[in-house]
Amino acid sequence: MQVDQSKIRNFCIIAHIDHGKSTLADRIIEKTGTLTLREMQDQVLDNMDLERERGITIKSQAVRIVYKSKSGEEYIYNLIDTPGHVDFNYEVSRSLAACDGAILVVDAAQGVEAQTLANVYLALDHDLDVMPVINKIDLPSADPDRVVTEIEDVIGIEAEDAPRISAKNGINIEEVLEQIIEKIPAPTGDPDAPLKALIFDSVYDSYKGVIVFFRVKEGRIAKGTRVRMMATGAEFETVEVGYFGAGQFIPCDELSAGMVGYMTASIKNLRETRVGDTITDADHPCDEPLPGYKKVNPMVYCGMYPADGARYPDLRDALEKLQLNDASLFYEPETSVALGFGFRCGFLGLLHLEIIQERLEREYNLDLVTTAPSVVYHIHKTNGEMISLSNPSNMPDPSEIDYMEEPVVAAEIMVTTDYIGPIMDLCMERRGVYLGMEYLETTRALLKYELPLNEIIYDFFDALKSRSRGYASFDYELKGYQRSELVKLDILVNKEAVDALSFIVFADSAYERGRKMCEKLKQEIPRQLFEVPIQAAIGSKIIARETVKAMRKDVLAKCYGGDISRKRKLLEKQKEGKKRMRQVGNVEIPQKAFMSVLKLDDE
Amino acid sequence: MSSSWMMNDHEKKALSLYIHYPFCVRKCRYCDFLSFPADAAARQAYLDRLGAEMAYRSQAFSGYEVTSLFIGGGTPSLMSGDQLLALMDHVRRHFSLREDAELTMECNPGTVDAEKLSAMRKAGINRISFGLQSARDEELRLLGRIHSFSDFLKSYEAAREAGFDNINVDLMSALPGQSLSSCMESLEAVLALAPEHLSVYSLIIEPGTPFWDLYGEDAPGKPAIPLPDEDTEREMYHRICRRLEAAGYDHYEVSNFARPGRACRHNLVYWRRGEYLGLGLGAASLVDERRFSNTRDLPIYMSSFAPAEEERLTEQARMEETMFLGLRCMRGVSEAEFEAAFGKRIGDIYGPVLEKLCAQGLLAREKGRFFLTERGLDVATPVMAAFLL
Repeated sequence: MQVDQSKIRNFCIIAHIDHGKSTLADRIIEKTGTLTLREMQDQVLDNMDLERERGITIKSQAVRIVYKSKSGEEYIYNLIDTPGHVDFNYEVSRSLAACDGAILVVDAAQGVEAQTLANVYLALDHDLDVMPVINKIDLPSADPDRVVTEIEDVIGIEAEDAPRISAKNGINIEEVLEQIIEKIPAPTGDPDAPLKALIFDSVYDSYKGVIVFFRVKEGRIAKGTRVRMMATGAEFETVEVGYFGAGQFIPCDELSAGMVGYMTASIKNLRETRVGDTITDADHPCDEPLPGYKKVNPMVYCGMYPADGARYPDLRDALEKLQLNDASLFYEPETSVALGFGFRCGFLGLLHLEIIQERLEREYNLDLVTTAPSVVYHIHKTNGEMISLSNPSNMPDPSEIDYMEEPVVAAEIMVTTDYIGPIMDLCMERRGVYLGMEYLETTRALLKYELPLNEIIYDFFDALKSRSRGYASFDYELKGYQRSELVKLDILVNKEAVDALSFIVFADSAYERGRKMCEKLKQEIPRQLFEVPIQAAIGSKIIARETVKAMRKDVLAKCYGGDISRKRKLLEKQKEGKKRMRQVGNVEIPQKAFMSVLKLDDE
Repeated sequence: MSSSWMMNDHEKKALSLYIHYPFCVRKCRYCDFLSFPADAAARQAYLDRLGAEMAYRSQAFSGYEVTSLFIGGGTPSLMSGDQLLALMDHVRRHFSLREDAELTMECNPGTVDAEKLSAMRKAGINRISFGLQSARDEELRLLGRIHSFSDFLKSYEAAREAGFDNINVDLMSALPGQSLSSCMESLEAVLALAPEHLSVYSLIIEPGTPFWDLYGEDAPGKPAIPLPDEDTEREMYHRICRRLEAAGYDHYEVSNFARPGRACRHNLVYWRRGEYLGLGLGAASLVDERRFSNTRDLPIYMSSFAPAEEERLTEQARMEETMFLGLRCMRGVSEAEFEAAFGKRIGDIYGPVLEKLCAQGLLAREKGRFFLTERGLDVATPVMAAFLL
């Protein structure tokens, strides 16, 4: 299939969360008749249940659209959907590498937000042309003129003729489709040069094996082409190439420079087709691979354990599968006295952690217990050695520690001026160092802070939302490490330290956090047959204590008419309840108690 | 070990009969028993059906002799004297009743008079269980009872006059609005009558009852008349136990107290896993290590006697029952009896559990028996659950 490069447009849509990215994608697909109305379901591209429910995009998706322009010419649009959240910058980066331009969706009422900026910068980093679109113009609070000014002032791109649309109600979608021809550049690249294609994603299909998603930068690939993955060296004979319909794969004869599509080659092992790798023709290889993606390191770690210890192998398999197309997910086996066998997992951020946890629970039907998240600390020992610590249980004895460092982030918080005070208070409480403030306009400001990462991984986002009535948004990037006074806080239940509840905390916050942990655990641990003390300790020093009083009464006064089966059921229910508990010494701790300590500022 | 009334001289096996009479005047607000009001024709049709059930089931019990019978409900005292006589005729026609069998009937205060009591005597009933619940009229109203305390006094005196010398009175503690003193007042009012037996049940808030809507786990808001708190509830229980023991009653089961020799034989059969046959709607049986029960659906019962549930007890289930039922009795579980029944020592099966519970002060061991301590009694359910294998 020979397609004129000038008739191809590869683009993505970027936006702050909730600004209507997926809805616009849906309208574009609908308007171009790629799907019949019957096939159309809201948010076509977000095809994980989780994405639909949360209204966010986690995984990249791609779709090919044929658009007949007003001048009567047919264009091929490859739309690549990208995640909107800061935690998924890595995924965004992967998708952007396959594009030549980006549609920037900005909410006509909310205007430019923190992630709008972050995503625009990412797009510019990839040399993409950015085409702004003002969405939600039919909202009563919409002020498109103000938003145009904001885009031009804050981002510095022309927005005067940006389409003013409502993706939800299908207003002015044609204008977007038409402008793409002008504003998004056609791909370049020599179709007759040796093959050079960038892998931006892959999925596993039990019939076809690994399905590799890629963008052909140069050359061509067809059925039968012997390909080599340049980083891994693995070679395969191409079985099928094709492009993306909405929700389905459509085979074709050949994909050439500028095109986006997929290939299969009976590849059994996803590890051989790494995202970011370059595919070339094994018989006519190119000289150099394309630059891969920016490698990202996990920022947040936690322990994940199967609620039912027997399902450890299932958890391992599930993590392995998830990691195949989420290279940012890290895991390694770990053992806990309280929780048994599990994994220490690394994530890009808390949302990433939650998403992985939910996917494990839903898609793999696993019941999980997760431990408090931790960041990676640098521990400088007195013997000159430096260790990176992501699991509090492995903290060396304080006598061996010279000093410790913790990661800090540069945070940007966009907030309406009414809430600047409360947000500044919050940042102060979280040990933030004020770096500056910019007024974007009279009612909105961008606050810049340096914050220790461990202060924002618990519940910072929730606190931010509640103190700004939802008007603040937040973005951060790792800045580096700084020396800090940190201590390991242990939690003792019935005088026994529970390893899964230990965490590292800023020394001055230890007392407060220890107290809150004890209070929370007191609520979560049901009364036992005996009194259970809950203590927080630094080393051998107890800094907080609560007591779960002994169970006062649990006796069935009456057992009627010889109906023993009913009594047995009651006893069995009690026994069942015990199974969902973790036995620590003599104390039964419900699984959810381990998680409840993650959110101490709820109430 | 078996008491003399559980054995018998002619090699016949001992059987207890339970007859369920599901009808009542009006459902009480705490009640989740299988009971409901019905018209006279439906009540008579049910009694006819009971007769048919006896004819149907009794063939399998020719080798048995009935040592106790209990007519429960509902309100069995709603039966007329003639209906009761006819019912007991059916029992005697189909089963062999031992001469000294304990024959109990539950009576609601205010539903019996001299005439009915005399019919009960004639029918052979020799034990009455009165459902009084409280001696305070405002508490009775709150519970939705149909009688007053003075109604009870009249019925009780009439029963004594009719010659009943074995009477139980049911009381309840931990009632809404009840204080420690009002609870003890009810107890004293009953003690003054010197009944042979007292059952004192701590109120259980059961799902599906009006009380559940007020006091259950999901009840909205605070009830106008709250339940006593846990500490008060336990204090009531312990004071009741102490007072009754001081008055010469033996605390022989969690909620039951009796003058010497007056323990309810029928109920002991349940705790000691003796054999019993349940007749009537929803009635449960244990025969030949098989537990089965009748349907709880009246229209189905009127057309079929097929058991709604049936379970053959494995050795494991029997061991578990021996423990959790045996521990309801204050004398507890005998090591020797356990070994005689199963050919295995109790320690071989439950060694670690017994050791742990004894160490926690929930169980005690004396003279070859394991039994609940006072503390163990407060938390009997989790203690019993520990014996499920």
